[in-house]
Amino acid sequence: MLLKYDFTFEGLLTAVFMMYDEKIKDLQLLRPEQSQPSLFSDMEYIITDDSKASRVWKGIAKKGGVRTQQLLYRVFLSELPQMEALILSFLRVFFQTQGTVVKNPAHPLTSKLLEIQKMIGREKHRMDAFVRFMQTKEGWYVATIAPDFNVLPLNVTHFKNRYADQHWLLYDVKRNYGFFYDQEKVQEVQLALESTAPLTHHIKTFCLSEEETRFQELWKLYFDSTNITSRKNMKLHLQHVPKRYWKYLTEKQPILKK
Amino acid sequence: MNFDRIKEKLEILADAAKYDVSCASSGSTRKNKNKGLGNSSGMGICHSYTEDGRCVSLLKILLTNHCIFDCAYCVTRKSNDIKRAAFKVQEVVDLTIQFYRRNYIEGLFLSSGIFKNPDTTMERLVQVAKKLREEENFNGYIHLKSIPGASDELMREAGLYADRLSVNIEIPTEQGLKQLAPDKNREDFIKPMRKVKQEIQLYRSEKKKFRHTPVYAPAGQSTQMIIGATGESDAQIMYTSAYFYKQFRMKRVYYSGYIPISYDPRLPMIGTEVPMMRENRLYQTDWLLRFYGFDIRELLNKEHPNLDMDIDPKLSWALRNLSFFPIDINTADKQWLARIPGVGMKSVHKILTGRKHQTIRWHDLQKMGIAMNRAKYFIHCPGTPYDFKDRTSSQIKGLILGHTTSKYHKTYNGQLNLFENATTSLTLSS
Ligand code: SF4
Repeated sequence: MLLKYDFTFEGLLTAVFMMYDEKIKDLQLLRPEQSQPSLFSDMEYIITDDSKASRVWKGIAKKGGVRTQQLLYRVFLSELPQMEALILSFLRVFFQTQGTVVKNPAHPLTSKLLEIQKMIGREKHRMDAFVRFMQTKEGWYVATIAPDFNVLPLNVTHFKNRYADQHWLLYDVKRNYGFFYDQEKVQEVQLALESTAPLTHHIKTFCLSEEETRFQELWKLYFDSTNITSRKNMKLHLQHVPKRYWKYLTEKQPILKK
Repeated sequence: MNFDRIKEKLEILADAAKYDVSCASSGSTRKNKNKGLGNSSGMGICHSYTEDGRCVSLLKILLTNHCIFDCAYCVTRKSNDIKRAAFKVQEVVDLTIQFYRRNYIEGLFLSSGIFKNPDTTMERLVQVAKKLREEENFNGYIHLKSIPGASDELMREAGLYADRLSVNIEIPTEQGLKQLAPDKNREDFIKPMRKVKQEIQLYRSEKKKFRHTPVYAPAGQSTQMIIGATGESDAQIMYTSAYFYKQFRMKRVYYSGYIPISYDPRLPMIGTEVPMMRENRLYQTDWLLRFYGFDIRELLNKEHPNLDMDIDPKLSWALRNLSFFPIDINTADKQWLARIPGVGMKSVHKILTGRKHQTIRWHDLQKMGIAMNRAKYFIHCPGTPYDFKDRTSSQIKGLILGHTTSKYHKTYNGQLNLFENATTSLTLSS
């Protein structure tokens, strides 16, 4: 049975609840933007229900602990095309085996999930490293970034613990949402841009504090000065800092002249 | 802040500091206190990588490159005709904070040329760290250089603010040091090292009695040696290293291939290739000492004073000791498993857990991340397609090298020639 869901984690858990509650055997999930085969023009939508989701969530914890919860959440964040199907098949086996399947890394489903989790972990750590804040006129620190996977929710705690005494905004430009911290709490936010220019460009042009570009210059200068040319090894360099991340790295930008 | 002036200083003082290869920001956990700025998480983060592939995690600068000493191997030496600059204490504090807030760095690594005298210099370094901690409520990582000859009182204070302290030995042998750094003597390095070691020990024992004992240099001490500046043998380097690990409980010893910076006839000429392969082999040896249970005398000795460049040190040891092999994967204890070429500590653990449940067979090993092209000549396990007949070391070596190509091929050839003469006549010290 083909059902549409809202592409949230709670939505996915609600689907799992329905799968058991309504004994749906061959549940397949579609995301909002996925076009439906015309045959099923009057396709049903799953209405996300937090209390159903939370019952499934607790059930997972009971049999597999926080680690399984984390595993599934991270796989969800991967947004891979087969992610829903994988999670559904895994959960079927998971509940059938009273959770033991998660302890068997050799099981094909578990091993696939673990592999994805590893990828997500790597991307999360990259974001901890590659986020570059820019200071705005208000004295806030703003970073735009476009992770391969939807990992920013995983980065929030790290940034909250580290930058406890500054306002900051971490913004995913690919998915158009972010997290804002006001020295009290972190909130999920979505920016409504008046201009049509890309956000990063908009910020750089209109919002930066007076000193910001000077510090960017200093950082770039530092980065260049700390390099040892006679040891140059671009292959290794690119392995560590893949080119697709360069546009968010201050040290990789052309010098900005005011 | 006068940006143009700062820019000039930063360029000079970052450039002068880059020859110190240590950039670790790990090994310390500092929580964010009272909603202040920063923390250290134990692992350390590499925020960027230089084009030579080294991790950039700290703002690594000198406070000043004015120096009263004239160490031949150092760009900062008194007799070198270069631009000099000096940061003010507050300037370093501001740069660190501004970079940190933008998520460029994990913290500061501050070193310095020696101006006036060791204590004045050390005092200034301590001031920076103190300001960062006390005025800025900064909980990021701080690595301070211990200045050779600095007083015990200053070293005590330094450790109260810094996560890590380090003194670089730079020259592995005493004669080498006399030759290249006439103003320095070994005792000057040792003094702050000894003090820091004592303070760390004191902290550990006090901590057991009083919960609120102030933390002292939680990420410990490290040091660095320059490789290939004085024609020293690998044995001399690694015996020195083993000595410092043992005597001063070093967290890390770093090996830095000498980068030619002067026309001084005592040193390799400008244009000489940086001995990267040798550096790599030394790091491998260092790992064998720290994690694989090897004794330095097994790896390097009078008969074998230098590491092989074409094969790794563990393989080299195994080929010299074929009588210990083959090792039975299913019965050998941990320390012997660790000695099999091509088997890392991770694989050792996989073997140990795996064989609790079942006999390990050849095809199981292949899944454990073991470099079978090397390991197969040294192990015994059911299902092996390799028939273990009597082969000599050189036969095995030939077979292995036939299958592996080293990315450093070009480099190590050149290097071997360079050191052929220098290394044969040296004897072991320490
Ligand atoms: S004392 Fe240090 S900075 Fe001065 S010349 Fe010697 S190594 Fe260089």
